[in-house]
Amino acid sequence: MASEPGMVIVGAGECGARAALTLREEGYDGPVTLIGREPHLPYERPPLSKDLMLGTEHPAARIVIDEDRLKKAGIDHLARSEAAAIDRQARHVVLENGLRLPYEKLLLATGCQPRRLPAVANNSRCVTLRTFDDALAIRTHLHRGVRLVVVGGGFIGLELAAAARQLGCPVTVLEAQPRILMRGVPEEIAGIIDARHAAHGVHLHCGVSIEAITDTPAGIAVELKDGAAIEADIALIGIGAVPETALAERAGLAVENGIAVDAFLQTDDPAVFAAGDCCSFPLALYGGRRVRLEAWRNAQEQGALAARNMLGAKEAHAAVPWFWSDQYDLGLQIAGLPDEGRETVRRDMGNGALILFHLAADGRLVAASGIGPGNTVAKDIRLAEMLIARRASPPRDRLAAPEAKLKTLLAA
Amino acid sequence: MADWVAACDEGEVDEEDVIRFDHEGRTFAIYRSPDDEYFATDGLCTHEHVHLADGLVMDDIIECPKHNGRFNYKTGQAKGAPACINLRTYPAKVEGGKIMIRID
Repeated sequence: MASEPGMVIVGAGECGARAALTLREEGYDGPVTLIGREPHLPYERPPLSKDLMLGTEHPAARIVIDEDRLKKAGIDHLARSEAAAIDRQARHVVLENGLRLPYEKLLLATGCQPRRLPAVANNSRCVTLRTFDDALAIRTHLHRGVRLVVVGGGFIGLELAAAARQLGCPVTVLEAQPRILMRGVPEEIAGIIDARHAAHGVHLHCGVSIEAITDTPAGIAVELKDGAAIEADIALIGIGAVPETALAERAGLAVENGIAVDAFLQTDDPAVFAAGDCCSFPLALYGGRRVRLEAWRNAQEQGALAARNMLGAKEAHAAVPWFWSDQYDLGLQIAGLPDEGRETVRRDMGNGALILFHLAADGRLVAASGIGPGNTVAKDIRLAEMLIARRASPPRDRLAAPEAKLKTLLAA
Repeated sequence: MADWVAACDEGEVDEEDVIRFDHEGRTFAIYRSPDDEYFATDGLCTHEHVHLADGLVMDDIIECPKHNGRFNYKTGQAKGAPACINLRTYPAKVEGGKIMIRID
């Protein structure tokens, strides 16, 4: 165990692991400690709601850094470890077991926790999905014929619904909002996803609220406020995630929908950084609008950026938000934040593929949302992302014409 | 034994772009560089099983359509996280209006 102050990272997910590796890639040779609550090596979360459900019944986690690489990089990974406090005066992270880790710079990459439904806190048939262990537990439940209710029509819930249908489970999705994917996905694209779920036999109910979930001799009953009840064997509660800010709050750091950081991912304590799902940061692209992103690529990019800034790079965040979701054979990708748009230009690419370009009032491209079979929209969404980063205002007719190459607009 | 196989017609691949070519249960990616040369690599990203032909070609780089893993398609070299394993490349040539690649 290091006694000289080094770089300490709380949270051993994609973001923390990426930060640890980046510190080494950038030549830092002091101690690097990666503190993780889970028993596993750092692993990728995106497959948990997708491939992992569909593959073997005893799936393995997709590891970000294996034992060997951790060792070679000289990264001290403390699994099953909980950071209890930050002593900012002494610059120590205090673990639950009392161990004190001195830091030169500290990165909080604590991620999120699934938002809980208070009414079902202790019901073992009401599960959430965030960790590999959560996914394994769900995987063992999902056999042909097992009835699944998904509470919440967000990405986790819909991806799991798609997987469960492919495993032969009857699936009902309950969404409190008037439609699925209200947050961040344009209505037309949400409609395509909704229709695909319906075509695969998912019972989707929007605008419904849950009164209670009770145990029955055969499983559970999900009682709705309108009096209806749905019988099921298992319920996935997928009503969003809340950032893990408790440690930061106890340490007196500013929290504002996540641990508040500046464009350098620095908190109000210059020795403490935060990155990934747990932090809110100003997005330069949209006039400094403060956002918090729950996305794999953001976790990766911010982990790397925070590491460089811990080493004094003073590099401001400049990335365009980007994420994807796979459901059945449909691939969704969104670059930028569609709600920044005031006007939509539509590009029909044939074969069921579609991109919506979102333009600000002044014609600037601020976001692009695409959906289609497999990765058909990926190339154009990537080009759109570059146009967004350049704050380009491409001609509407070129955006709308599927034969017009977006790459030529980049040169303009 | 290595064989030259016709992958596609010349001109079927746009400049600075990539297409997919499936052959005997294997999948490849055929590239045309900005300076009009042809290259071939394995068709799937080494990070996850994703077809690189859906990705974006910029100069010498192919970018995976899912996770932005980047490779130099001329050498196969992985250009950083999350892609750490190099991509296998195959010789390619133009012959009689066809793009030929040598598969072993």
